[in-house]
Amino acid sequence: MSDRLCNLTIHEIHELLRKKQVSAREIAESFIRRIEEVDPRVRAFITTTPDYALKQAEAVDQAISRGEAIGPLAGVPAAIKDNMCTRGIFTTCASKILYNYKPIYDATVVERLYMAGATLVGKTNLDEFAMGSSTENSGFFVTRNPWNLDTVPGGSSGGSAAAVAADECAFALGSDTGGSIRQPASFCGVVGMKPTYGRVSRYGLVAFASSLDQIGPITKDVTDCAIVLNAICGKDRRDSTSLDVPVPDFTQSLRADVKGLKIGVPKEFFGFGTDPDVQAAVRKAVDLLTELGAHAEETSMPSVEYGLAVYYIIAPAECSSNLARYDGVRYGLRVAPDSGTVTRQTRGSKSSIVSMFERTREQGFGAEVKQRIMIGTYALSAGYYDAYYLKAQKVRTLLRRDFDKAFEKYDILVTPTSPTVAFGIGERADDPYAMKLADICTIPANLAGIPGISVPCGFKNGLPIGLQIMAKALDEETLIRAAFTYEQHTEYHRKKPQL
Amino acid sequence: MRLTAQDIADVARLSRLELTEEEKETLAKHINRLLEHFEKLQELDTDDVEPTSHVIPVYNVFRKDEPAPSLPVEEVLANAPDVADNCFVVPRVVET
Repeated sequence: MSDRLCNLTIHEIHELLRKKQVSAREIAESFIRRIEEVDPRVRAFITTTPDYALKQAEAVDQAISRGEAIGPLAGVPAAIKDNMCTRGIFTTCASKILYNYKPIYDATVVERLYMAGATLVGKTNLDEFAMGSSTENSGFFVTRNPWNLDTVPGGSSGGSAAAVAADECAFALGSDTGGSIRQPASFCGVVGMKPTYGRVSRYGLVAFASSLDQIGPITKDVTDCAIVLNAICGKDRRDSTSLDVPVPDFTQSLRADVKGLKIGVPKEFFGFGTDPDVQAAVRKAVDLLTELGAHAEETSMPSVEYGLAVYYIIAPAECSSNLARYDGVRYGLRVAPDSGTVTRQTRGSKSSIVSMFERTREQGFGAEVKQRIMIGTYALSAGYYDAYYLKAQKVRTLLRRDFDKAFEKYDILVTPTSPTVAFGIGERADDPYAMKLADICTIPANLAGIPGISVPCGFKNGLPIGLQIMAKALDEETLIRAAFTYEQHTEYHRKKPQL
Repeated sequence: MRLTAQDIADVARLSRLELTEEEKETLAKHINRLLEHFEKLQELDTDDVEPTSHVIPVYNVFRKDEPAPSLPVEEVLANAPDVADNCFVVPRVVET
């Protein structure tokens, strides 16, 4: 029995615990063994925390033995992307500049998961500071896709998605700035949701692009997605951009019913050199929803074509500002100044402290991060601000209008999550543009602040294909209902990689 | 618009990055490739369009200036590379 426990979903684990058929300790041990067994190959985790998980499980078992009712996440092993602060546990952002950083507080989402009784099995790998689409930009090592170890897991939450797919945790948290939850979920054949901007507190999430970042769940099915959302959503006074709106019980939306649901299929999302097999799988999914009573029609959102360019100006601009804090003074790496420098800066020379800043950042940041800081600094600099940053913000408005218009007519929009399935490790490393194309279908939702989910909808050459569903702001309920209905009529989410 | 070697050096200085010569060359190549794609935005007429900085209205949140428990100093300093007398130590910035 206990050897199969790690295969289970959150709701299955909860049933066993509630009926006292297993203990939280047995659950934790099963996942810890699984990590020992497969992670040397998958490499999803930067840090594992087995002792911590066992201690938390112990507390849950005690509560159960006292006869207390337990919540749906009690005793459920979670993995957390390593850009969310965990008190006393390394939080590196997969960057050498934070290689030794131990936060002195928990992110709000971490606090909420602990309160719900979830157990922490480890912190997962990512593209450094969440900048990338394949987890190849990690400052430490590359994570592999459990479906084919020679391919990437997607990114930037590649470690979280791979850990869920490989049954190394029951669920994981990721962060999504341009697709970093949905795209790896698609590549790894799991469910990933980016909630509406402001639904989930970003307190304790290391900032990348503050107007786009959002935390969300990566799970084995849509039911689990709703359960995790229930735990993490809600206003937090420590994040002024978190929304003060009622949080519904998302599990109430787990109804297999799409009768009368209006679906828009924006043709632009199929035009980015999208793999014909991916297109076919998505269209088949739309057909299935139609058979089940939804109405679908093709539509057009012309501004979507500009999404990638807008994103690659706005995100680096915000990142160049957010990453200014890494200076070697208060935490993380510090590299000594050039020994030739002195206190005072003179023409043609720099001061010791500036030399320390520059050397720390030069050695601490990887190539992709430096590139984005440079682009952002350039786009924000005098003389170029209007041409790049302001222009991008204006086109962002056009994109939002296209979504507003679409949602006047449709309840949901259905597209591929990514134009292709997982690509080979190293395959796109030399071409900055080809790599970014992997996010072209997911970026628009971040720019518009709306929720999006990716659910498995097929396979190509043994690699999963993802279906993206988007809804208007704060309408995660419709998103969950549509995704759940689709899932109930397909078997893709039940498939497991052979490891 | 194309970034010259001088532009790269200037932006690196503003970014507080001590880049190697090799990095400067690669960055110039990659950034210029991306800038070509950004040109696409100029096709659109946005004269009468308001910029979006945030998708939700954001405003300052104020609270009363009342003392509350702070994080313990030792914990705050525990991550610092160099500390003395409850302060962060950095290379000298003021001449005596």
